[in-house]
Amino acid sequence: MIDHFPAIQVALPMIAAAVVVIVRNPLVSHLIATGVAWISAVIAWTLLQSVLASGPISYQLGGWAPPTGIEYYIDPLNAFVLFLVSGIAAVVFPFAGASVAAEVDENKHHLFYACLLLCLTGMLGITITGDAFNIFVFLEITSLSSYALIAMGRDRRALSASFNYLVLGTLGGTAILIGVGLLLMQTGTLNIADLHMRLEGAHAASKTVLVALAFLTVGSSLKIALFPLHAWLPNAYAHAPSAVTALIAATSTKVSLYVLMRFIFTLFGTAVVFDVFQLQRVLLPLAVIGMFVGSLVAIYQTNIKRMLAYSSLAQIGYMVLGISLVNESGLAGSIVHMFNHAVIKGGLFMVMAAVVLRTGSADLSAMRGLAKRMPLTYLGFVIGGLGLIGVPLTAGFISKWYLVLGAIQNGMWLIVAMILLSSLLAVIYVWRVVEVGFFEEPDPEAPEIKEAPLSMLIPTWIMLGASLFFGVMTDTTAGVALEAARQLMGAP
Amino acid sequence: MNIDVGLFNYWVVVILMVAGLYTVISKGHLIKKIIGLNIFQVSVFMMYITMGKVEDGTAPIFSETAVAYSNPLNSVLILTAIVVGVATTAVGLALAVRIHEAYGTLDESEIIEMDGGE
Repeated sequence: MIDHFPAIQVALPMIAAAVVVIVRNPLVSHLIATGVAWISAVIAWTLLQSVLASGPISYQLGGWAPPTGIEYYIDPLNAFVLFLVSGIAAVVFPFAGASVAAEVDENKHHLFYACLLLCLTGMLGITITGDAFNIFVFLEITSLSSYALIAMGRDRRALSASFNYLVLGTLGGTAILIGVGLLLMQTGTLNIADLHMRLEGAHAASKTVLVALAFLTVGSSLKIALFPLHAWLPNAYAHAPSAVTALIAATSTKVSLYVLMRFIFTLFGTAVVFDVFQLQRVLLPLAVIGMFVGSLVAIYQTNIKRMLAYSSLAQIGYMVLGISLVNESGLAGSIVHMFNHAVIKGGLFMVMAAVVLRTGSADLSAMRGLAKRMPLTYLGFVIGGLGLIGVPLTAGFISKWYLVLGAIQNGMWLIVAMILLSSLLAVIYVWRVVEVGFFEEPDPEAPEIKEAPLSMLIPTWIMLGASLFFGVMTDTTAGVALEAARQLMGAP
Repeated sequence: MNIDVGLFNYWVVVILMVAGLYTVISKGHLIKKIIGLNIFQVSVFMMYITMGKVEDGTAPIFSETAVAYSNPLNSVLILTAIVVGVATTAVGLALAVRIHEAYGTLDESEIIEMDGGE
């Protein structure tokens, strides 16, 4: 049984999605989805422990040996991402119930949970597979289900946001398909490890490989929403149902970032990407611009879901920055920030889901004096906000610490200054929300607003508690991230 | 019959790819955008199929007389990609229908205007 955990990890949510569609009962579908997410998280945790204890796992689908057959390959990096994705899902799925009941038509609930499960399937599939074409297929499974999920938002703007995402997401997915095709043309294989071996030596610096790298980078950057390819992200996050935003904001861009790392470090190898083609010269400026543009635009947003979306754009900048520093600390910072930001931003969007449930709006004006009405929820926003800024003792601090360390190792003092400066911008946009909530009086004519229900409060606080826990107990996440970074940089 | 096609197919691929991409970017009508996406995707399908062709190779169906077979892997991959493409088109068209119901138009600039310029 335990030998087949890699296959079960992907197959279970996929089968559950079909079951949910047949069952058609809102409550039962929610229970099934939640149960599956919990089992996924347990499986991912088991895999992570096993990988850390006894090295990478290679699972051959159907017993066909790679490179002919499809291989699931799990090393510390993707075991970590698997745990991240399924862990977030395990917290968000039970949380979704109350929020979805308020925001989505009752007769669509089972389809909603089916899409949610398919989205989870896709993300786990992208992460676990060791086959380049498989990445494309799972990427499209994730994307197609996210388009449907986003379009279920109450506002009609959800529809146009979803359509925009569909157009850009398909362009990104197809760009990855082109890149994979060019590599297939050059090497005749699709297995990532095999591709890496065959790309060494004579093939490495050829035009075909260069173009393949370009297409793969652009394709995954579109999915990551790296500046300036982020146009789809703010509206998609702002108008999707709140629970969906919490899930995809926390996981989907992270999984795409993982794909970029996999392509750069495992498939091409650092020597080809950074020494021959000098990709860091493109990624570094874009990451830094993204950090500032995201934060600056966030300051002027009145819709807080949109504000958090722009803040994501800035945080994505940090993660890509870590890759482009090309050293172990920077990469570890990037990997651990993937985890920390997922937990923090997931928690913040869950807070906003509670706010939207009670006030019916994500607008800053609706949050006037809300700290008195929903103290526990609002305190959650403060904790999450501190994490976004990167205050010590929160998870956000750990990742920025490693990023700064990486920049110092390269002697890039300007970059260090920029990381700190853009963190200060985060103070401004977090403070606006805190100020409105704590220091302004609620609208006297507004109807009485109750604290969020327990089914939402508990998951939100588990998520935000995790952001504090991993800010103090750093050796768990940062330890795994360092190990993963060491293996990625070490494997030439 | 043996025609040396050279790089002809790849030229067609590049032209279709750029034409599709241009349509997606330049056209404001949502259906035209979907058409552009389709052209873009089809160009990639052609690329895969073309590179799987082996000179003098026949279709990869076992026969006594065949000297060489074309690579069947590419066709199989593209079968999957076509399914993905059809699914994307279906979701895109479904969204277009819903957008038309909600906004009464399929023109991107009018939709942006109705949304207050976001």
